[in-house]
Amino acid sequence: MKSVILDAEGVRRAFIRIAHEILERHRIIENIALVGIRSRGVFLAQRLAANLKELTGKAVLVGALDITLYRDDLSMLAANPIIRATEIPFDLTGKQVIIVDDVLFTGRTIRAAMDALIDLGRPEAIELAVLIDRGHRELPIRADYIGKNVPTARQELVQVRLTEIDHAEEVTLGEKL
Amino acid sequence: MAAWTRKDLLSLEELSKEELLLLLDQAKAFKEISLRPIKKVPALRGRTVALCFLEPSTRTRASFELAAKRLSADLLSFQGNSSSITKGESVVDTARNIEAMRVDVIVLRHNTSGTPAQVAHAVKASIINAGDGSHEHPTQGLIDLFTIQEKKGRIEGLNVVIVGDILHSRVARSDLWGLMKLGAKVTLCGPPTLVPSAMEQLGAKISYRLDDVLPKADVVIALRLQLERQQEKYIPSFREYTRLYGIDSDRLKKAKPDLTIMHPGPVNRGLELSSEVADGPQSVILDQVTNGIAVRMAALYLVAGIHPADEEPVSEPGRIDLPVREKQVR
Repeated sequence: MKSVILDAEGVRRAFIRIAHEILERHRIIENIALVGIRSRGVFLAQRLAANLKELTGKAVLVGALDITLYRDDLSMLAANPIIRATEIPFDLTGKQVIIVDDVLFTGRTIRAAMDALIDLGRPEAIELAVLIDRGHRELPIRADYIGKNVPTARQELVQVRLTEIDHAEEVTLGEKL
Repeated sequence: MAAWTRKDLLSLEELSKEELLLLLDQAKAFKEISLRPIKKVPALRGRTVALCFLEPSTRTRASFELAAKRLSADLLSFQGNSSSITKGESVVDTARNIEAMRVDVIVLRHNTSGTPAQVAHAVKASIINAGDGSHEHPTQGLIDLFTIQEKKGRIEGLNVVIVGDILHSRVARSDLWGLMKLGAKVTLCGPPTLVPSAMEQLGAKISYRLDDVLPKADVVIALRLQLERQQEKYIPSFREYTRLYGIDSDRLKKAKPDLTIMHPGPVNRGLELSSEVADGPQSVILDQVTNGIAVRMAALYLVAGIHPADEEPVSEPGRIDLPVREKQVR
């Protein structure tokens, strides 16, 4: 049993709203850097950058972060996961960094992302934008920009599919297999 | 992409094409870390890597040491002359003692072919072969593959000439296996005393005249002439070797303008390569050194991720598994 939480139009609207919220908080757009967490966060960061450009006519910096090497469960996995490239071709020091990811769940990924970012430079501030906040935090972490809050049970599965890699555009909620 | 399942990295001969590609792909991701201002990630935090070099080595040991440090592993270092090996302890016993200290990865160099494989059977810790006799030097082979891929954008279909002392070279063996699996055409070149003709059976071409094969080459890997072997009279004189197999700017005129020149180091200047060539624009010798750290980070990361179940080692103690190839080569 799967139910659709957001369809393609829902995803689009959520990110337009988040772009407006970012502009409300940040007067100087030149100082913003969007950093997407691999895989789907990177595509969301690129979409957000396109929205911001449409609204302001200015391009914002976009980077991609692989947090694998910073995971806190590495030594518990059966095999070390494959690393994908971290591509942040600009200096983070002094930047207002906005981490972009698809789903906020336990908060552990975001903890890893913050550690990784701070190894790369000293951002002036770090914020968090997510498409879905599904609750069940295990760390004191919250999002600054949220596409949709979805109450879930812990064993349920939130699946985000984006046209860039999934040949579909929707967010579904279903029972874990 | 295929997942990594091996506890050890012992040779390139045993790896599939997919495993080679995975290692090269991961090395690329790790190379970016060495370009950061803070060149350290916490991936192997709390893990211990023992460097066990029972044969002299400077650059390979330094490269593994930096790779382990950049992954945040703790390090333990043993060297041949100071270790209990000189007191008569067997390598397997040494390895078991190191393992008893809860070490996760042992990087092992030994002058006898097959020793890392033998130790890998006897212990649960991961073993990385850092050079065993004239058998293999898998991480150097991976460095050469990675550097060729980086400079040429591909490996498949390239003409690669390995020139020098093929007979004693573990680098040549690893290069040969890796290059052939990834689809390069390999020519082994050197004086007949130093190029075992049996290696033709492995799929390589053999040539005794560098001038014949140089014009078609995309990559030349010059091997170090091991000066200590000269007493065995494999070659009449260094001067004759340089005249026939040394690469200087005159000889380069016959080669493709985009020829890439590699050397695993250390270079005997004026012998295998003239200084002009070793320091010239076609030489990627220092890139090989830089890439060494990324490749070794990838190797450490992948083998350290495999935790064998808590069961007894698969083979009985003292069993010796000599690599089969060793016999064919001689």
